[in-house]
Amino acid sequence: MRLIFLLCCMLTFRVSLGQQTIRVGAKHFNEGYILSEMISQILEAGGYTVDRKFNLGGTMVSFEALRTGAIDVYPEYTGTIAAEILKSERSAPWEVLSAQLLNKFQLEISPPYGFNNTYALVMSAELSERLNVENISDLKNHPGLKIGVSYEFLERNDGWKNLAVAYGLPQQAIGLEHGLAYQAIIENKINITDAYATDGEINHYKLVLLKDDKEFFSAYQAVSFYSAKLPDRAKKLLNSLSSKITEAEMQQLNAKALFEKKSHSEIARSFLILKGILNQDSKSQSRDSALILKKTGEHITLTLIALLASISVAVPLGILLYRFPRLSKVALYFAGILQTIPSIALLALMIPLVGIGKLPAVIALFFYSLLPILRNTVVGLHTVDPVLKNVASGIGLNAWQKLWLVEIPLSKPMILTGIRTAAVINVGTATLAAFIGAGGLGEFIVTGLALNNMNMILTGAIPSAILAIITELVFEFIEWVAVPRHLQRRTL
Amino acid sequence: MDTRDIPYNNQTINDESVISLENIAQGYGDKRVLADISYNFQKNKITAILGKSGSGKTTLLQTINGMVKPKSGIVKLFGQPIRYESIHATRLKIGYVVQNIGLFPHLTIQKNMSVLAHIAKAETKSIVARINYLMDLVQLPSTYLMKYPHQLSGGEQQRVGLCRAMFLNPPVLLMDEPFASLDDETKGSIFQDMLKSQKNEPRTVVLITHNKQEALTLADYFVWLREGKIVRQGDKEQLKQLLSENIDL
Repeated sequence: MRLIFLLCCMLTFRVSLGQQTIRVGAKHFNEGYILSEMISQILEAGGYTVDRKFNLGGTMVSFEALRTGAIDVYPEYTGTIAAEILKSERSAPWEVLSAQLLNKFQLEISPPYGFNNTYALVMSAELSERLNVENISDLKNHPGLKIGVSYEFLERNDGWKNLAVAYGLPQQAIGLEHGLAYQAIIENKINITDAYATDGEINHYKLVLLKDDKEFFSAYQAVSFYSAKLPDRAKKLLNSLSSKITEAEMQQLNAKALFEKKSHSEIARSFLILKGILNQDSKSQSRDSALILKKTGEHITLTLIALLASISVAVPLGILLYRFPRLSKVALYFAGILQTIPSIALLALMIPLVGIGKLPAVIALFFYSLLPILRNTVVGLHTVDPVLKNVASGIGLNAWQKLWLVEIPLSKPMILTGIRTAAVINVGTATLAAFIGAGGLGEFIVTGLALNNMNMILTGAIPSAILAIITELVFEFIEWVAVPRHLQRRTL
Repeated sequence: MDTRDIPYNNQTINDESVISLENIAQGYGDKRVLADISYNFQKNKITAILGKSGSGKTTLLQTINGMVKPKSGIVKLFGQPIRYESIHATRLKIGYVVQNIGLFPHLTIQKNMSVLAHIAKAETKSIVARINYLMDLVQLPSTYLMKYPHQLSGGEQQRVGLCRAMFLNPPVLLMDEPFASLDDETKGSIFQDMLKSQKNEPRTVVLITHNKQEALTLADYFVWLREGKIVRQGDKEQLKQLLSENIDL
């Protein structure tokens, strides 16, 4: 137990170490990743070390992480801050939001980046030109236009119904699956649909946004959302994105991730250079190979700490249970139950208890490694040749001497096998730890899954598979060194 | 050969009755294994316990070193009733050899032999001297010390087993059919080692065997068990007499 405590302390220490490291979070979609990369690269160019804690999921997880200090900054939208964080009815002006955040949470926002990622109506550029429709209010003059919107937009308060009333639009909208809407426009099944103003598809399918000339939609201005405790110099860097990105530009950046499958760091970097925020020759911190190496390091650290903690608990416990067999059934049963909890569920259970990040992941992995090690220790001790146990007692070894000199050494191959199983399970399960912001190779997999990017999934999956094989080999070697040749397990 | 640092020197035991059994009865459930056994083992002599399998020989032996607690009766070691709570310390004065040898497969021959010396906290110098003496006694080359048990033949392993039992120079040696699985030639040579050792370091030996010739060669006294009871006992001459009559007990 002491060891675990120590390891936990080390972990916390590492996270809180040094003023020069700034932890940047990201919300779980292309635009979130691209903006977070921009923030990260600007800070890195300014001399800070950046710890990228991407994959934070939705608004509540990201905000919670920022509020509790698990991250220092992430990009957010004013409309979201107003509705979900400050729980106010309508979007307030930037100054009001800014004052309320500082007052209530000790958090600050930068001036807006420039684009407004709000709900919008889109139509094909060609049709817009032909009918001379630029504003939503122009739709009144074309009652024959077919409108299809997502079911959500059909029902929302700030959706179609109230929009139609506010603008006095005569058309009836039909509901359809959002994923099909763009295709439907191209095939001329519908003429107008709802979208987010910076969707990468808008440019790709040659659509235009209709201007919300009556300002019906709330503003969703992108801003840097950060802790008031950040040094002023860092805050100044975070403000350097202000008024630098237009809707059209953000659409193009999103399209690059969506259709050209460019990496977020690459997209962010070339844009920042284009805008003169970053120098051409500033070194790119997040070159893919370096990033993979870093994530592999995190992955190994997670696995190793959990494994060491588990060994230091499960082996002594197994020995104790062997000496007191009545307890052993209960303990093995309990460890078995822990094993049956799905990894994702166990990780999720950790969040309310210890928050997000490395600590809950280590704890979950620790629980997962317990059973194989515990079971193999108990079984290994029980299956030592009874003749040898009998002789050991007969020649005068007491129970502990017998354990130490005979039973434990003879169970060593079995115990090692348990540890090896636990290690390999851990390497695999640790990929899921990315879901709660623990980093590691799972980050690529989780991001890749979210973005449907097979390359990125493989970037995480291949090294973790290699890591599992290396783990096997390392244990093969340990066994080769630690166990006399004639007692080694016959490898199947 | 200096054995001063090996803790259990025979000369320190003065009491004539090293092992005595008084009305020992033993059984598991309804099954009677030993019934009313009383016997005084002669100090520094070899006593053979004869009998067919199932006659209670092994149980009797394990009653002596406390691995089996009798249902009734008293086991006295060195003149005192056995104290089961501190039995492990007592066992260091009682060598123990079994048929399937039971060398520890993960330890070298040297470590197997000297495992008890480390527990008894003997000095390294005296341990080395004792190893050399015993290897010499059982005629094994010193190159064997670094080998593991599986690299030795059955006879060689049993010699090492014998050395392990005699390592602390215990006043008592219990042997449970130690030679049963060995061929005749090997047996003959180990018997010589046994008798030589008995001359150098006399100790009270209890030897279980179902082989009458073996008993005749090694033992000074004998006890014949049948169905948990002593049916005959006596000295070497009486055993010779009994065997010449070809009576099967």
